[in-house]
Amino acid sequence: MSVKSFNLVKIRDQFPILNKKINNHQLVYFDNAATTQKPKKVINAINEYYSEYNANIHRGIHTLAEKATNEYEKTRKSVSQFINSKSEKEIIFTRGTTEGINLIASSFVKNFLKKEDEIIISEMEHHSNIVPWQMICEENGIVLKTINVLENGEIDLDNFKELINDKTKFLSIVHTSNTLGTVNPIKQLIEICKKNNITTMVDGAQASAHSKINVQDLNCDFFVLSAHKMYGPTGVGIVYGKEEILEKMPPYMGGGEMIKEVNFQKTTYNELPYKFEAGTPNIGDVIGFNKALSFINDIGFDNISSYEKKLKDYASNSLNKIDGLKILGNSKNKIGIFSFTLKKVHYYDLGLLLDSKGIAIRTGHHCTQPLMDKFNLEGTARVSLAIYNSKEEIDYFVEKIKKLIN
Amino acid sequence: MKTTDSIQKDIINNFQTLDDDFEMTLNYLIELGEGLDEFDDKDKLEINLVKGCQSKVWLNYKVKNDKLIFSGDSNTSITKGLLSLLIKVFSNQLPEDIIKTKLFFINKTGLCRFIGTQRSNGLESMENKFKIIALANKKN
Repeated sequence: MSVKSFNLVKIRDQFPILNKKINNHQLVYFDNAATTQKPKKVINAINEYYSEYNANIHRGIHTLAEKATNEYEKTRKSVSQFINSKSEKEIIFTRGTTEGINLIASSFVKNFLKKEDEIIISEMEHHSNIVPWQMICEENGIVLKTINVLENGEIDLDNFKELINDKTKFLSIVHTSNTLGTVNPIKQLIEICKKNNITTMVDGAQASAHSKINVQDLNCDFFVLSAHKMYGPTGVGIVYGKEEILEKMPPYMGGGEMIKEVNFQKTTYNELPYKFEAGTPNIGDVIGFNKALSFINDIGFDNISSYEKKLKDYASNSLNKIDGLKILGNSKNKIGIFSFTLKKVHYYDLGLLLDSKGIAIRTGHHCTQPLMDKFNLEGTARVSLAIYNSKEEIDYFVEKIKKLIN
Repeated sequence: MKTTDSIQKDIINNFQTLDDDFEMTLNYLIELGEGLDEFDDKDKLEINLVKGCQSKVWLNYKVKNDKLIFSGDSNTSITKGLLSLLIKVFSNQLPEDIIKTKLFFINKTGLCRFIGTQRSNGLESMENKFKIIALANKKN
C-alpha cells in the first residue's frame, strides 16, 4: 500500500483565495463549517465546462451533449465510490443537504408514515434537519421527538433508547454537529434502529470532508451531503438512498428528465436515479464537484484525519488557555469546530474585530437555535477548521483574541 | 439647535479622518458607544427592545419642551456605537423633524457595510424604532 504524503504548502497552494488580503491582512479562513474554499482544479473544471463543452445532458445526440453527459455521470460514479454505495443508481443529485432532507421528507416520510407515527431527531440538529420534519409532521399528524444532548455536547443514548416505541418509524440524525463539532455514534444508533424497524437518515453535511463515509458499513437508509462543504461548488448536493427504498418512492418534483413517457392520460416515470432529477440540473457545478472529490482522494482520509486531529488538539489547547473563554461542546469524539463565548467580549463584536484583522469566523446561533436555547445562549463565536488551515493561523487568531481581551 | 441634516454632516466629517480603515472605524464606534450616558437596567424592558439577529438594543426616551430626548444601550459594543450615532442625530429634535429625516450619513461614512446584506445588527429596525416613537409623540 502506498502511503500518500501530506504537504500543507502544496495543499494551500491549490487555493487561490488563501493568498488574498482582507482588510490589509492575510486572510485566515476559519468559517469552513459554513462553506469551504475551492481548489483551482474545481474552479478550472467549471470554467472548462462553460468554455469548452457547455450543453444540456442526457437528451442531446451531438458531441457537446455527449461530452457533458459523460462528465456529469462521472461525478455520480465518483460519489458512489466515495461513499461506497452499492450502485450509482443510489446517488441522486440535489441542490444541497437542505433539498435532500426535503426530498426524503416529501417523498418517503409523507408516503410511508401514517398519522401518529413518530420521527426522532436530536437537539443538536441544524434548522434544515428540524423544519422539514416539523412541516411534514404538522401536515400529516406525525409526532416529532428529540433526543437530549448532554452537557458535554454528546447525544444522550439512554434517552434515545427511551424514546423508541412501536410507533417510532424514522430517525433523522446529524453525523457531525455544525455547532458542537460532536461526531455522533452513528453506527450504533443505526444498529438500534434496525432492530426496531426504524428507517434512518444521516445528515452528513459536516462529516463528509473530514472522515471516510461508508454508507454500506453504516447501513443507513439515507445519507445526505453538500458539495460546497467538501471543497466543491455551491448548489450541488447528494441524496444517497438504498435502491430498494428509492424504487418504492414516488418522484419529488415533476418535469423534464424525470419522465419515461408523457401523455395526457398517464405519464410514466423514468428509472432511478433520474426520476428524482426533474429539470436541467446544475451541470457545471456537478462536474466541478468531481474534482473536489479527487482533491480529497488525492490527500487521502488517513492524512486528513491525522492532520486535522493534530490541528484540532492544538486549537483546543490554545483556546482553553484564553482567560474567560468557554467552549461549547467537549465531546471526546469531535472535529475541529469550536463554538465559544468570551466573558469580556460579545461574539458579534469579536467577529467584526477579528474580521478587521483578516480572520473570518462565524457568529450567531449557527442555525441551531434550539441548541442555543438549551445552553441558555443567544449565540457563540465559531471557529471551524479545514485541511488547509495551519497552526500558525491558530496562533495568530489566539494572539488577536488575547490582545482584545486585555 | 442644529438640524438632523447638519448633525449628519458633522458625523460624516468626523468619519473622514478614519480614511475608510475598517479597524479604526470599529474602534471609533466602540469609543462612541462608551460615551453614551448610562442606561438604567430597569429600563431594559421588552417594550424598549429592538432585536437584531445578533445583538440587542434598548431605546428609551423622554419629552422635553416638545422635543424627544433619547437614551439607549446595547449588549454589543459596536452596535452601541451605531446606536450612539442615531441618538446623536435624533435626540433633542421635534417628532415631525425626526419623521422626515433621511439618514444619509450611513452611506457616506463606510457604515453601509453594517446594513444591507449585513442585517445582523438591525440598523434598519433601530431607525424604525426612533421614527415609531416620533410618530407616537407627534402633535396633530
